[in-house]
Amino acid sequence: MSGTLIIAEHRQGELCQATLETITSAIKSHTPDIRVVVIGKQIEPFIEAVRIEGILEVIAIRTSSNDFDPDLYAVTLTMLINSYHPELILLPHTVNTIGYAAAVAADQRLGFATDVFDFSISNGIVTAIRSGYGQKVNVELGFPENRPVCLTLRPNIWKPLQANKAGIVIEIHPPVYSARCRHETYLEPKSSGDIDIPGAAFILSIGRGVADEKNVEEFLELADSLGATLGCSRPIADNGWLPKARQVGQSGKTASNCKLYIAMGISGSVQHLAGMKHVENIVAINTDREASIFNYARYGIVADMFEIAEELRNQFPE
Amino acid sequence: MKILVPIKQVVTLDEDFEFTPDNRDVDHDFHIYDLNEWDDYSLEEALLIKESNDSPIEIIVCTVGNEYADESLRKCLAKGADRAIRVWSNELKNTDSIGIARIIAHIARREEPQLILTGVQSSDFAHSTTGVATAGILGWPYAAVVNRFEPDHDFTKASILRELEGGLEEAMNIDLPAVITIQVGINKPRYASLRGIKQAQSIPIEEATPDSLGMIDSEIGESGSASIIKKMFIPEKLSTAIIIEGTPAQQASKLAKIINDFKGV
Ligand SMILES: Cc1cc2nc3c(=O)[nH]c(=O)nc-3n(C[C@H](O)[C@H](O)[C@H](O)COP(=O)(O)OP(=O)(O)OC[C@H]3O[C@@H](n4cnc5c(N)ncnc54)[C@H](O)[C@@H]3O)c2cc1C
Repeated sequence: MSGTLIIAEHRQGELCQATLETITSAIKSHTPDIRVVVIGKQIEPFIEAVRIEGILEVIAIRTSSNDFDPDLYAVTLTMLINSYHPELILLPHTVNTIGYAAAVAADQRLGFATDVFDFSISNGIVTAIRSGYGQKVNVELGFPENRPVCLTLRPNIWKPLQANKAGIVIEIHPPVYSARCRHETYLEPKSSGDIDIPGAAFILSIGRGVADEKNVEEFLELADSLGATLGCSRPIADNGWLPKARQVGQSGKTASNCKLYIAMGISGSVQHLAGMKHVENIVAINTDREASIFNYARYGIVADMFEIAEELRNQFPE
Repeated sequence: MKILVPIKQVVTLDEDFEFTPDNRDVDHDFHIYDLNEWDDYSLEEALLIKESNDSPIEIIVCTVGNEYADESLRKCLAKGADRAIRVWSNELKNTDSIGIARIIAHIARREEPQLILTGVQSSDFAHSTTGVATAGILGWPYAAVVNRFEPDHDFTKASILRELEGGLEEAMNIDLPAVITIQVGINKPRYASLRGIKQAQSIPIEEATPDSLGMIDSEIGESGSASIIKKMFIPEKLSTAIIIEGTPAQQASKLAKIINDFKGV
């Protein structure tokens, strides 16, 4: 057992950024013999994009479609495990990886951990760190001996290195398999109208702490009087209390141009952080002083969001 | 026809929690239990399928856990699940999500459901592993992070939508039986009626063990798992937040200053 396998991910003609981060994590952690697998139809640009200094090979597997197919990815990974006997398999922790990696891990009896944000490998022993209990604790994991270990890595942790035509490219035939879950089409998110989270410089965001639909209005008004754009966490959009266009996070919008982000009653889940943790000035307001959001904030206010809102209104009369 | 809905009783931590002496968990005295948020949606989806189908459907909820987990199973029975199975024995203590999937797979082999609906993840550990791993063990088709599920009339295929990054959705078509992991927001979970709560009290919860399910040693507990918890610790603060103290009025006036500084007022 030796070497590192990484499966690249792409969608709608674009390589997933987290793939480059995953490759970078392997290079920075000095994992042995890094092989990056690219699966799909028009894969030339992806092959070039993953040739980062430090990799050994790109394994190109040409198939009849560019779209993700869980069975294809699972069968291919299984085939490569059995031909290369890697000690480490690294995948980006994305929706597609969630959609096949665990099936292979269980079936092939791999060591396995997801959403890992730190790992090390020494003398073949892998250690990984992930979050637990709503991110209130970190968990150090070990793995069963003498088995390949597969880790899915949290996005936005490793800063990707640039490709420079490193490594060699080899071609492998795709496995024979039958597709049981077939791609049909993509549906683009609904138009956001005049709500512009990506463009906003100042966002006031509310989470489940708002407690009730009838409380939402006062925060719309507050955001207005502060000159902020109102954002929200996912449960608020799921409940239909605010339109999806206001949702910040992995499955919503990214606060790309935000300079000041005030998070009220938001715990700071990984998926919410994905859309805002890069913001320079984050102010977190939460009644729970152990909430994970405080670990990412510049300023923390341990308080009831309604009381702070009330006082803020006094400071910023309309 | 049967639908199997594996559920998890999740833990939130009480304030000022402490670790166990071996540092491998948080002391259970600080555990507060609840049904996993995602499982509320997978159960609701099963109930909706049952209600919109002419032929009878039996909904079976199952979980792995000690008697504390009965509370969450009862909640599901109160909402309309037909049967509940709880699997436990002391050898299951250090079971991870892959190990749990091995147990669910055994239940599935015994019950032969046409569909398994799990949540995308649990709110406490967010592994996003159990459902897809169960499919891998059973050799079944699977789809993860699904926010629409429409089976065809004879339940051999289903049209689904998967929710991808950035709000993009992917329409797919999947063969059944399958394991589907359900995303929050797919439906509006109901509340249990008083009558439902009352009726649920009289439905017995079946207690099973790895042994009674016919599991072999290499599938059970740590042997069937893919990871071992070495220790837990408090995360290092990534940015040391400046905590703004004082009364709400004082806190708000400091916040107002931050806002005004930002605006260059
Ligand atoms: C595939 C996937 C994609 C996802 N995408 C997203 C996404 O894009 N965006 C997103 O946000 N989530 C997303 N989620 C959901 C995410 O996992 C969390 O469930 C969600 O972010 C939690 O929202 P929250 O912080 O508002 O709620 P909670 O986690 O319930 O937190 C509420 C917080 O409010 C605090 N609070 C309560 N009352 C008050 C009060 N009066 N004053 C002050 N504080 C108070 C509590 O202490 C708590 O910290 C996704 C999940 C998955 C699996």
